[in-house]
Amino acid sequence: MNTIYMDNNATTRVAPEVLEEMLPYFSDYYGNPSSMHTFGGNVERKIKEARADVAALLGAEPEEIIFTSCGTESDSTAIRAALESFPAKRHVITSRVEHPAVKNLSEYLSKNGYRATFVPVDSKGRLDLDYLYDHLSEDTAIISLMWANNETGVVFPVEEVAEVAAERDILFHTDAVQTVGKIPITLKQNNIDMLSLSGHKLHGPKGIGALYIRKGTRFSPFLIGGHQEGGRRGGTENVSSIIGLGRASRFVADHMDDENTRVKQLRDKLESELMRRIPNAFVNGDTKNRLPNTSSIAFEYVEGESILLMMDGLGICASSGSACTSGSLEPSHVLRAMGVPFTAAHGTIRFSLSVYNTEEEIDFVIDKLPPIIERLRSMSPFWKEAQQPA
Amino acid sequence: MWEYTDKVKEHFLNPRNVGDMEDADAVGEVGSMACGDALKLMIKLDGNERITDAKFQTFGCASAIASSSALTEMIIGKTLEEAEQITNDHIAEYLGGLPKEKMHCSVMGRDALERAIACYRGDPEKEVEGEVICECFGVTDIQIERAVTENHLTSIEDVTDFVKAGGGCGNCHDNIQDIIDRVLGKGPRLKKKPAALTNIQKIKLIEDALSREVRPELKKDGGDIELIDVDGNRVLVALRGRCATCTASEVTLKHYVESKLRELVTPELVVEEVSS
Repeated sequence: MNTIYMDNNATTRVAPEVLEEMLPYFSDYYGNPSSMHTFGGNVERKIKEARADVAALLGAEPEEIIFTSCGTESDSTAIRAALESFPAKRHVITSRVEHPAVKNLSEYLSKNGYRATFVPVDSKGRLDLDYLYDHLSEDTAIISLMWANNETGVVFPVEEVAEVAAERDILFHTDAVQTVGKIPITLKQNNIDMLSLSGHKLHGPKGIGALYIRKGTRFSPFLIGGHQEGGRRGGTENVSSIIGLGRASRFVADHMDDENTRVKQLRDKLESELMRRIPNAFVNGDTKNRLPNTSSIAFEYVEGESILLMMDGLGICASSGSACTSGSLEPSHVLRAMGVPFTAAHGTIRFSLSVYNTEEEIDFVIDKLPPIIERLRSMSPFWKEAQQPA
Repeated sequence: MWEYTDKVKEHFLNPRNVGDMEDADAVGEVGSMACGDALKLMIKLDGNERITDAKFQTFGCASAIASSSALTEMIIGKTLEEAEQITNDHIAEYLGGLPKEKMHCSVMGRDALERAIACYRGDPEKEVEGEVICECFGVTDIQIERAVTENHLTSIEDVTDFVKAGGGCGNCHDNIQDIIDRVLGKGPRLKKKPAALTNIQKIKLIEDALSREVRPELKKDGGDIELIDVDGNRVLVALRGRCATCTASEVTLKHYVESKLRELVTPELVVEEVSS
């Protein structure tokens, strides 16, 4: 059975060219980049290249990039650094639909001496900007907003908010883990102070992330230790993964056009064909401002885990906003913040494509999913009732 | 990814007895779409109160569908009296076990069966009994206490896994802990008891528990209770005095007398009222 992988917002395939670039640094070139000898120095030079590749992808300078272990570490570092750098300010602003890396940290801070404001979104997942601006204060240390939502793909106007933040001398951080590599970013042309990214979401390896810190931004390290990363993050470098992230940055830059044309068309075809073939289904989120690869579709009167398992039987990988898949009992906080009714939130499936997906795969899913939904609905005690004219 | 047993997967992919039953003798419905799962159980009975057919409709995850399917297989051919003995644990066992986080699916099966039996016996649709502790999922103290007692639960997480209580906003966690503490506070004594009691020992313990603990409580309300017989784990009693005419007597019997006897004698006991 072939695997049809449409869960790229969860993680991506390591591109073969990325793996190839990494492998020698596990075996042949194992030197420590901090060493004085040439053997280590050669590794250091390679890390420098990787840093430049990441910076190029972001439209930033290499000195503005530090390598971390993951997106979560980047997020935690950014927010905690802001609070530590401005000890008099005790307020954090974020949104209700953030990834747990930011959401749970903000909740934690709000119970430990800080105030946190969670900006709501509308039914399309769009940020309530008025609410956000109304809650800015002298006390606000940092605004942290995701650039694009992992579940719906909805893109927030982070550059616009960053500009307002800059006028008010408030630091602005964005969790761009889902965005980097999918849509073009030029940090030189905006006011974003810090940006988080993760290697495994852009065809790099797991266990590597990066944090962009704009030159001149007040900063305080999260991991205190050696002089690595200019003293901004201690710990011996994860050499092969850093090299992988550098190569992956070039890979996604090279495929940016494909992502925004062919992949986007595949996503649109998948979505429109499923909508056409399956009644009582709708797309979650603002389809006008969305990542090119993501589609969140709610199938009413069925439960997501059942859909996923039936698709899994056919080799189709996707994910769900339902409660049952996560082990929690409530559907995703993103869908709840958008006010998606429970009847639909439990039956929400997220498809997230990559440049590796093909039209044949899309056609396969378009063909196989409708009977799955129909079968599960025929088992549901609510479906028949719902079909009766009101 | 959940580690479902092959049997769970098999029942999910090929559910038995799924569908509607137009001429059902009794129907038990539990859950709702908001809760994330719901089960409608329909049964047909012959003149001897034997279940001749069962059908289900389920909205929910794989383990909810598998639990429903298993339940129908388990009850067809059984008399109501036999079916009544089925616990959520039996359903989980039948499927070769369920992930801990999914035990509530087996509880849903048991609850639907209870409702269907109550429906057949003409018991009025039971109101929500007890005080709602978990607002998010509408779970009462009685339901929580029962789950804790029957399944020997020891933590809030356990309670969430079995009856969902505490799985939402989390505001009720303190109250759930109180219930666990209350049940467990008397629990250790129960665990130290030898596993098997002889019939004579059992009857004696039941007599003791009734006269020392239960009867004084009932007398406060002008009622009384008499032990008629003990048949295996079935404790047959007759309610006297004001209890005999009280509309809430079933609640008293199940939630007070039964849980008291289970706590003090052995957790397998089932209390039944007989008229004499």
